[in-house]
This record gives sequence, C-alpha cells and structure tokens, in this order.
Amino acid sequence: MMRRTLPRLLACLVLFVGLGASATSSAQTVLRGATIHTGTGETLEQGAVVVGADGTIEDVGSSDLDIPPEAEIVDLDGGVVTPGLIDAHTKLGLVGIWAVSKTRDHNRGGGPIRAAFRTADAFNPQNAAIPITRTGGVTSAITTPGGGLVQGQSAWVNLADPDFGYGGVVDAPTAMHISYGPGGPGPIRSRGGRMETLRELYDDAEFYRNHEDDYDENRSRDLAASRLDLEALIETFGELPVVFEVHKANDIRSVLELADEYGLDPIVAGGAEAWMVADELAERDVPVIVNPMKNLPTQFQTLGARRDSAAILEEAGVPVVLSTFDTHNVRRLRQLAGNAIRAGLSREAALAAVTRRPAEVFGLDAHGTIASGQAANLVVWSDDPFEMSTRVERMYIQGERISLDNRQQALFERYRTLEGRGEPADERISEDDAESSDSK
Amino acid sequence: MMQRTFGRVIVALALLAAGCGGSQASQTSTGEDEVVWPPNYDQEPRNLTPTEVEPETVLFEKATIMTAAGETLLEGYMLIRDGEIAEVSSKSIEAPDDAEVIDAEGKYLTPGLIDTHSHIGVYSVPFVQAHSDGNEATSPTTPGVDAAHASWPQDPALQRAIAGGVTALQILPGSANLMGGRTVVLEMHPGISTQSMVFEEAPDGLKMACGENPKRVYGQRGQMPSTRMGNTKVLRDTFQRAKEMKREYDDYRQKLEKWRATDEPKESNKPEPPSRDLSMENLVRLLEGEMLLHVHCYRADDMVKFLEIADEFGVEIRSFHHATQAYKIRDILAQWDVSVSTWADWWGFKIEAHDAIPQNAGLVAKGGGRAVIHSDSSFGIQHLNQEAAKAYYAAKHAGLDISENEALRWITANPAWTLGISDITGTLEEGKRADVVLWSDHPFSVYAKARKVWVEGEREYDRERDSRPWSDFEVGQFPTEQREPSP
Repeated sequence: MMRRTLPRLLACLVLFVGLGASATSSAQTVLRGATIHTGTGETLEQGAVVVGADGTIEDVGSSDLDIPPEAEIVDLDGGVVTPGLIDAHTKLGLVGIWAVSKTRDHNRGGGPIRAAFRTADAFNPQNAAIPITRTGGVTSAITTPGGGLVQGQSAWVNLADPDFGYGGVVDAPTAMHISYGPGGPGPIRSRGGRMETLRELYDDAEFYRNHEDDYDENRSRDLAASRLDLEALIETFGELPVVFEVHKANDIRSVLELADEYGLDPIVAGGAEAWMVADELAERDVPVIVNPMKNLPTQFQTLGARRDSAAILEEAGVPVVLSTFDTHNVRRLRQLAGNAIRAGLSREAALAAVTRRPAEVFGLDAHGTIASGQAANLVVWSDDPFEMSTRVERMYIQGERISLDNRQQALFERYRTLEGRGEPADERISEDDAESSDSK
Repeated sequence: MMQRTFGRVIVALALLAAGCGGSQASQTSTGEDEVVWPPNYDQEPRNLTPTEVEPETVLFEKATIMTAAGETLLEGYMLIRDGEIAEVSSKSIEAPDDAEVIDAEGKYLTPGLIDTHSHIGVYSVPFVQAHSDGNEATSPTTPGVDAAHASWPQDPALQRAIAGGVTALQILPGSANLMGGRTVVLEMHPGISTQSMVFEEAPDGLKMACGENPKRVYGQRGQMPSTRMGNTKVLRDTFQRAKEMKREYDDYRQKLEKWRATDEPKESNKPEPPSRDLSMENLVRLLEGEMLLHVHCYRADDMVKFLEIADEFGVEIRSFHHATQAYKIRDILAQWDVSVSTWADWWGFKIEAHDAIPQNAGLVAKGGGRAVIHSDSSFGIQHLNQEAAKAYYAAKHAGLDISENEALRWITANPAWTLGISDITGTLEEGKRADVVLWSDHPFSVYAKARKVWVEGEREYDRERDSRPWSDFEVGQFPTEQREPSP
C-alpha cells in the first residue's frame, strides 16, 4: 500500500538514515533462540535476528543462520520477539499533565482551521510518559493534534533517540488531521456547516495552488484560510494522508465523498460505526484506526460501538490499525490487542494492527516488520506479547538496546521499603544503574 | 447497621419467612406515637418495586475453583442452591434432582467481582449533560444527597459490567464536593428502579473528597474552598456542626429516657424533638458509626491529613479511593484499617496522580493492608479481572511475593469488606451468597471471558444465550442482525 509520492518517501528515508547512521553502536547484535513473529504473518520458531551497526535489521532466519564474526550474540533462550509496537493515534510527548494547561501542546487554540499547526514543533522527547510507554513494548507512536476542525499535522516519533536517550521525531508531517465530530463554535456546529467549511477550504486550497503568484502579488480574491494553512492543505492533494476522526456511519460516508471530490487519501480514526460501512471502506482500501475496547455508546455518534468491530472490519478486508488514543497509558496497547483477539480478531491481524499496518498506512515502509533493511525496533517478550502475565525483557530502537527504567520504577524502588521515608532522595539513578537495571 | 430498604423478595425464602411478620414494619419500631431519633432510614420512602429473585440449583463439576478465601481447587465441585453456595469440595458432589449439572472442566469459577467505585447511572452513557447527575456541585458540602436518587437503572453500561463478571458495585457521587453525598451499593439484578437493585444488606456509605477537585470547582467561583487550607477548614467546620447536632440528638434521647423512666409519663411534659435536618443527619449517622466513609484522595499527605481530621471527630474511614500514593503510607493505612481502592495503571491526568505506580496495590497488600482494584469507569468495570492481573503481575515482576489468591481478593473479598458485605459475598465458601462467575479461561488471562454469571443464584448473564439488551435505550437502535452478539 503506497500512500506517498516518491519525493516524500525519499525525504523520510534520508531523515531516517541520518538518525540511524549516528547511532553509537559499533557492532552487530544477534538475538537468537526465540520465537520470532515478523509482523508479516510469519512465525519463526528458534529464530534469529541480526541487527546491523547502522540500526537496521540485516538478516532474519533460523537460529543457525550465518552469524557475523564480530557480532554480540544474545541467547534469548525462549521468549518472543516482535517488531516494536506502534500506536498510530496518541498525544505522547505533547501533554505533560492533562490538568496543567501549560503542559498541554496538542491544541493550537484559536479558530477551527489549523492546518499549519505541527505537533513536531512541540514534541517533548523528555516527557515522563515516554519511558513508561516503553514498558508496554511500544517503540513508536504518531503524536496527533487535538481541537478544532482541521486540527493540524501529526508526527511519527520513535520512543528513543540513540544519541539522546529520549524520543525523537522520525517523520513529520505524517498526516493531516480533521475532526469530524459534532459540536463546535459557529458554522461548524452542524454537520452541514462543517462540510460547507471544509469544501470552501479545499476550493480555496485548489485556487491558491493555481494562483500562488497572484496571491503573492496581492491579486487574489479573499481566501478562507491563511497562506500557511492553505499551503499545508495543498500537501493533502494526493500526498499527505488525511486522518478523519469520525465515528458515525453516515459521517464516514460524508468524508469519503469529500475525499473523492478533492482527491484526498483518507484514513478513518475512531470509527465506532465503521463496521457498518466495512464493505465500502474495504473497496476503497481506506484504513480504520480503532480502539477495540471502546464498546459503549458514549455519544450519539457512537451508538453502534461494539467490542468486535476490529474483527468485523478485518473480515471485510479493511486495513485495521489498533490505537489507545491515549497519552499516558499508551503502554496499554498490547492489552487492547489482546482484547481485540478476545473479540474475534486473529492473532496475526492483531499483531499486524500494532506493527506493520500503521507503518504501511502512514508510509513508513522501513518500520513495522522484522525483515532485512527494516529499522531494528524490536521487543523481546517473556511470552505471548498480549497476555497479562507477559513482560518486556528487552527493547531495541534503531538497533540500540534501550533502558526500560522509568520514573514509576524509580518511585517504586524508592518506596520498596519505608525506611527513610520523607527524607531527601540520597541518590539518583545513575546512567550506569539505568543501563544495568533494565532487565530487573 | 441500618438497612436501606425492605422488600426485595427471594421467592424461595419468602415462603419460609412468611411467618416472620410483615416485611414493611420498622425493625426498631417503638410504637406509632413515638419519634425515633435520629430517624432511621426505614422511614424513608419504601421500595415500591421489589425484584423477585429466582435462584437456580447448579452443580459445577471439575472446575478450577478460585475461592478467594485462600484455596484454589483444581478439578473442584461446587453446588449452588437457594441463592447460596451449598457446598464446595475437591470431591465429587451428588447432583440433587433439580440441579443443572455444568461440566466445567478447563474452566474457572470465581466469586462475583465487586467494584467499589462506579458512576454508572449517575454518569450514564451517552455522556450528555442530561445524564450528568453525579455532582451536586452547588455547595462544597452536600452530605444529604444520595446517588440512589439519581442513578439510572437503564444505563447501557450496567449490562456490559455484568458481562465482565461484576455482581455488585458501589455507585458514588462525584468528587467535586468535599462531602459529596450518600453512595448506593447495587447488585446486578436488572430492575425498573434503582431502589429495586439495592444490595439491601450493604450498610450505607458516604462519599467525601480531598485535594484538587473541590478547591478547583469552588475556587473558580471565588468561593471557599479555593485551597487545601480551605478544604480542611470547610471539612472541620462541617464536622463540628454535625457534632453539635449529634449533641442535640443525644440530649433529646437522654431527656426522653428520663421522661419514660418517670412514674407516670405525661404527654404534656414529653420532651420536644429537635427538628430534622436531612442533610446533616448523614453526618450524625457517620459520627455514630453507622455509615461507611469513602474518601477520594490521591496524595499521601492529603490522606494523612484526612485521617487526622477523621480522628479529631471520631470518624472511621473505610476506604481511600484512587489513593495513587497509598504505597507511601501503606503502614499507616494498614494500622488504621483503611482499604485502598485504586487502579492498576492510571496516572498523569493531574498533578495528584503524577506519582502513581503500577505496584501500588501490591505494596499495600505486602504492607498488611487491604488493596482493592476499582474501575471509576464504565469501560474499566468491564475488565476488572484484567486490571487486577496487571497490578498483580506488576508487583510480581518487581519481586513482590504476592499470591494469585491475594490478587483475586483485590476484586472480590476486599471490595466486599470495603462495602461491608464480606459476611455475605466476596468468596466462594459454603453459606456465602451464590454470586459466581464461570470463566472460559484463567481470569487473569486477557483472553478470558465471563461465560455465565449468577447473582444470588440467579443467572443474570449467559454468553451463550440471546443477548437481549437490558437497557431500553438500546432497543431498536439497529436492526437485530446488526446488534452485537454479546458485549
């Protein structure tokens, strides 16, 4: 599923390779002796993965594949290896604490048209949620804007940057985001008003594209949005995918019509009632990002919410992506996948929906599977990745082994005994400790 | 403890009980002409819509029986009859004539799950303003309001909750107010009114809150409390008023006693009772130890502060709710016998919740306290088993020695204690109520489904049967073939 034009893809690759090349790893690493789920539907018992010094996967196969002489060998002795999980719709790194307004950067504010707003500008790689999220086996996320009608542009982040130890933006913009929910000020209060606003906007984006020089010379009619917004919207004419946050079946049909009218590349997010129009979505190959645990009619636009919607969509041939739509508990992604399986989704599809699918849908072709040439974002699990009793034992992002320590773990250690409670912390976790304690 | 209602009738038992007098009479009747003081809640409006319970006789064979009372029986046998657990055994039990025999080989039995913290019905789905009934946010102290008077028994979330194995739940007012009002404990017999679903043996509960919420809600209005100082001040002032009211009550009681003890009590000099204050009465009852106090609190120091206030006024706290920093004061909470109703992994939504850790429940348990995993969510209540599992494995993986039985108690026996119903339910033991869940797999597996759920011996949920919606709201929304087979 190619969702990008070549120049964009190349730009991504350049950015990615740039990061990969700066990795500090000096030798190859071989992980072997585990069950490897590649994310492509293939399972290798007693498999091995060769991680190159450049942060990509060099080879994958059975445990007896050729091992480079200099490589560090990690005998996993059982366990399960999967691609790092990817959550395609989060506010990770954009919100420190929800109830503290100055720590919130996901919402531009102002009018309903915010196409030029970019979450990449605000992404905080040191956000405390990022290491906590890693404990759930999540290595990448898309961090999305909120609020408004045209909300802005999302960014793909890896939850660690080998140079930095924190997270880093890998690709931006990843998609344009339009919220097609009910309510809002002025004309966007009603569905008709929202569609009218979007049509005027897209008409003007087309106009602007064709009359950019006239606009610069002040020979243009008034346009519905600012220059920066229009320029951002132009990117969505067949290039940048548009994520429509939309739930109701007839609303999904409306946004698909809009997408047809202007040649947009739509993705449905939320999609509580997407299962009702599954065949139409499948026919157009429109992906749907769902939270399979949102099974309650919490709003009138989600009256059809049901637990097995991911299974129905998959069955109909819709590319399904699972997301927590969360900020601080993105680590729950694996629990969501487990619940999707519980409600009828196949295990292969569930794994793909949190690894390969989101990468394909958003055009990050070097992510999401364990195959030669892919980013070495890997998770070593003690067992079935979705089972409650399973834990993450090791994590690699861009080939680097990443610590699983986090603030919550540090608090736990501080209060493991109550001795000295209330006294100042007498030691901080040093880098050395962080290195050595990630398998604790 | 006073009972909230009368009249829910267990059909089978009603016959036996027929000779025991009218069920509508006051338990503590002192005669028609006398005022009972303080008035007891038997004098409240009666339950006009009692639910009839039809208990089944079921014999489970070869199940893994997780009793939550310490023991797990592999290939165990259990008989439920007359709404009670008649027998639990590792040896086979002879099936009574009227028993349905369920071959439960490979399946698991647990007590019905109990949630100490839900807002189902007071914040019903769909979440629209018209369904917002959980916070009487017009005064920081509203101890007189009652969640039972708001909760909508048609909330579609109820049926989803029983599909997750929940057989009883406490509905609380929200946490906008320092004193939010009475709570109500429901059992999962669907009914036309909230009153009909009341778990009648459960003592009354009172909800209070500390910390950010009250001071935010009222501070924004330029009203007290706007700080934690104000929180404490308003709490103490209100407790003091209640104490004074209790003194009036006690004086009256004494005078009445004295009057009765005279040789010939005369109507003309019978003492006049003080006037009733329906709002403050709940606090008086709390001071008299007749209500269980549930306090929403996150920070360790806020909890300690609240314990100090409670101590000052001679009030016991039954449970701190949310209590994300309970692990820091687990010794104190164990010493004061306060249970900790918390989540497995919620954090980050406000400063108070910043120090939450996944090992909270585990550390509380290891510290000798009572841990409870609660939901506070119409979604979370559907998978309390998974939430308990997360907390359990987080503790185990951190090296804490916690048993599976202990973790199961976080969603069964410990919430039962917290709600004052542990003599009745919360474990699978002979004589306990037949609140039972039959699981497809180990309940701590993400793949486990509650297949069948019995409440007081009546099968209220069965995944294999037609999944008619409980809620009228869900009737006719979609063509039948589009309806979810089983939530």
